[in-house]
Amino acid sequence: MTEILEYTIKDFKSENEVRWCPGCGDHAVLNSIQKAMANLGVRQEDFAVISGIGCSSRFPYYMSTYGFHTIHGRAAAVASGVKCANPKLCVWEITGDGDALAIGGNHFIHCIRRNIDLNIILFNNKIYGLTKGQYSPTSDRGAVTKTSPQGTIESPFIPGQLILGAGGSFFARAVDNNIKHSQQVFEDAARHQGTSVVEVLQNCVIFNDGIHAEISDPKMRDERQIFLKHGEPMIFGNQKDKGLILSRSGLKVAVIGQNGITLDDILFHDVTEPNGYIHQQLIGMKLPDFPVAMGVIRAVEAPVYDQLLEEQIAAVQSKSKIKSIDDLLSSGNTWVVE
Amino acid sequence: MVGTKIIELEEVAIRFSGDSGDGMQLTGALFSDTSALFGNDISTFPDYPSEIRAPQGTIGGISGFQVQFGNGKIKTPGDFAHVLVAMNPAAVKANANFMRPGGTIFYDVDSFTQKNFDKAKLKTDDPFTECNLDDFIKVAVPITSMTREALKDLDIDNKSILRSKNMFALGLICWVFSKPLDYIEKFIQRKFAKSPVVVETNLRVLHAGWNYGLTLEHLTPRYIVHPAEIEKGTYRNINGNLATAWGLLAASHKAGLDLFIGSYPITPATEILQALADRKDLGVKSFQAEDEIAGICTAIGASFAGKLAVTTTSGPGFALKSEALGLSVMAELPLVVVNVQRGGPSTGLPTKTEQSDLLQTLYGRNGESPLVVIAASTPSDCFHFAFTAAKIALERMVPVVLLTDGFLGNGSEPWKIPKFNELPSITPRIATDPTTFKPYSRDEKTLARQWAFPGMDGYQHRIGGLEKDAAGNVSHDPMNHQRMTDIREAKVNRVVEMIPDIVIDGDQQGDLLVVGWGGTLGYLDGAFREMQTKGARVGLAHFNYIKPLPANTATVFSKFKKIVVCELNLGQFAGYLRDKVPGFHYYQFNKVQGLPFTVQELVENFEKILEEK
Repeated sequence: MTEILEYTIKDFKSENEVRWCPGCGDHAVLNSIQKAMANLGVRQEDFAVISGIGCSSRFPYYMSTYGFHTIHGRAAAVASGVKCANPKLCVWEITGDGDALAIGGNHFIHCIRRNIDLNIILFNNKIYGLTKGQYSPTSDRGAVTKTSPQGTIESPFIPGQLILGAGGSFFARAVDNNIKHSQQVFEDAARHQGTSVVEVLQNCVIFNDGIHAEISDPKMRDERQIFLKHGEPMIFGNQKDKGLILSRSGLKVAVIGQNGITLDDILFHDVTEPNGYIHQQLIGMKLPDFPVAMGVIRAVEAPVYDQLLEEQIAAVQSKSKIKSIDDLLSSGNTWVVE
Repeated sequence: MVGTKIIELEEVAIRFSGDSGDGMQLTGALFSDTSALFGNDISTFPDYPSEIRAPQGTIGGISGFQVQFGNGKIKTPGDFAHVLVAMNPAAVKANANFMRPGGTIFYDVDSFTQKNFDKAKLKTDDPFTECNLDDFIKVAVPITSMTREALKDLDIDNKSILRSKNMFALGLICWVFSKPLDYIEKFIQRKFAKSPVVVETNLRVLHAGWNYGLTLEHLTPRYIVHPAEIEKGTYRNINGNLATAWGLLAASHKAGLDLFIGSYPITPATEILQALADRKDLGVKSFQAEDEIAGICTAIGASFAGKLAVTTTSGPGFALKSEALGLSVMAELPLVVVNVQRGGPSTGLPTKTEQSDLLQTLYGRNGESPLVVIAASTPSDCFHFAFTAAKIALERMVPVVLLTDGFLGNGSEPWKIPKFNELPSITPRIATDPTTFKPYSRDEKTLARQWAFPGMDGYQHRIGGLEKDAAGNVSHDPMNHQRMTDIREAKVNRVVEMIPDIVIDGDQQGDLLVVGWGGTLGYLDGAFREMQTKGARVGLAHFNYIKPLPANTATVFSKFKKIVVCELNLGQFAGYLRDKVPGFHYYQFNKVQGLPFTVQELVENFEKILEEK
């Protein structure tokens, strides 16, 4: 029986007052995810939103779905348990750069390695907000924060590279202030089978205001961001006159019409390519030499853990002679005392 | 067999001992199964090093397996062995202190070389005199050369020959104890079905060992232990870890829920995860997590999603799970955590037994974080207590920790197989009315909240580690926190209504009450019975329910002049009793050697306490 589910954003809002700081990027992401959920054709009661600790991890309280606000760094593990227990659910994990990449780094990479069908939304504001301004694993080298008064002396993780390194099947990027785009990315992430990670460049208005401003400035959006679409040429710019080509040393920006470059020279984006060579470079592109890649960068088919678990159980059950607890207890060597 | 002396015994303890690569665990297990099939009651104790292959011939590399079998109820593997099978000089030295005076030692005389004496750090070439074993019956058996002889026309390498020495020892011991070989033969044929050469090798050597016994004739006594008087029924051998796994599985079927286990391998608990991973046929979802924390967190996720969720571990892993365990207390989700205790602190003695995680279990979390703590006391009753742990968790919406230990987990005994329909019912507190559902609305009597999980329409709600009010909203209200803290404690304490009164074994009142908990039951039972036969007025109160304690605990304690609390730690339960059941003087008897008690040391200590004015 197919049933048409007609939800709106209201069906996903809770009555709780949203308590993020005014101007925080989280507000926009909340709206965008609620809109995306309404479009997925999934029953409202089948959503579960799992979070760790941090500002963004208050997210479940602002949803009217099932939600679980867990402990620091462990959301990926809890969410893995939820999804494996009931693969019919649509499970979302809300996490931040500290939660997922510092204290929860181990769970994060192993979840991706297993390819459990979760949608992980990684709010990256390059700072610890809830503890009021310490550097995070994505803070730029040299970032001056309360715990790095002379600047950090460590290199940041590039989340997308970490995900590719862990064998990730899906990675996308979005910016908090571009709701229309991020909503589409979230829907794509939800429809992907396996672990989908969406890195959201999110602004912390109090402790790291403007950290992504150079990228996210709406006026410069078309020049500084490239919106990738599967099967289409990778072009950007106000005039759609720039694109990515592959040189011997890797990706390069070229201007269409200059140096004999035509649209035919521009690379087409292929999210399904298992070899991560191009995806890796797209993830690594940064200003000022490159635009920053947005949208779905990688979405390859790969075996899904929670589905395989169900399949193994079904296969064993069809073959095994043990059908009940009584069968089990009396299996093997037994003897009767009369 | 003319001339062979046949001795009838009530019970016999045999210790098989050799290098950790000598196959002593298998030898011991096969002999135990044979004895059990013959109708003897048995109790076993594997004692092995934490290294998989420690240096050959050294004391550190010695792997032992002790089994006691008899024609009465056998409650322990025995303090001291009547018979030792020693595959090398190090095995003689390592076990010298665990032998019963006048016992018999069968040893591989081929291994008695200067090289092996050196490896065992023996100063002389006579290990028996050096280890004060002169009064023992010593039977020199050329195990290595006889094994080689039996296999001389087979085209196999030297390594394979040496690997089958244990079958020679097993065959010989089966002859000595009048045990038939058919069970072992069938086992070998089944296990090595894919390799006829291996079957042939093992069978030949096994028979060579048995036949060698015939040639010993009257040089050595032959023992007969008659079958035990055992309650009618169908039996099997089971160890504590398997019993735990199956108890959890039986509970999940009783409750009508799938079982989810999220665990990380750790000695000596790993076997529970392995056993459940192999039960997909009964719907088990097993998840080998990336670490201990993920083990419990995946289980908590599965519990949130409506499964019977368990995680299994040992002390160090239990420590790692602490924070998440607090989350399950706060979220009031059903969860069973099994801690198969081992020697600590830190990595401690991974393969040795201890009861030193009691206080960690009771109190080792941040905040006021009460949960239910129960402990199994024999290998087979791990089934019952694992089942009960799940029943309490599901019916009271509370995390339950089941404490077992390495001795119970690895030890085995015959178990009368229960029928599934005779097991108690389990009724999970699944919500039934969405119009009145609130995440923290409670049953007035039990204080348990209701359980609703994703997929159930109309019950959508949010929970988490932050303090909540009854409606499930985050609350920092001072009085709400007081109320919720009190409720969580009271909810655990009200589990007392589900648990049986403590029953005193032996004298119902008298001079000395022996108190124990968990895996020491067999030894305490043996010791207090011995005291009784000496005329002392002694009772035994052995606890399986730690938090909450049985309702009649103080009443029972008041009936004895003296109370001694015996445990394999420095006095954790005794301290807990002083706090929870004040007004009594608690004597203590404690041991932390990685070994079980012995009946003898317990009896000596009890006599001393009774003599004290």
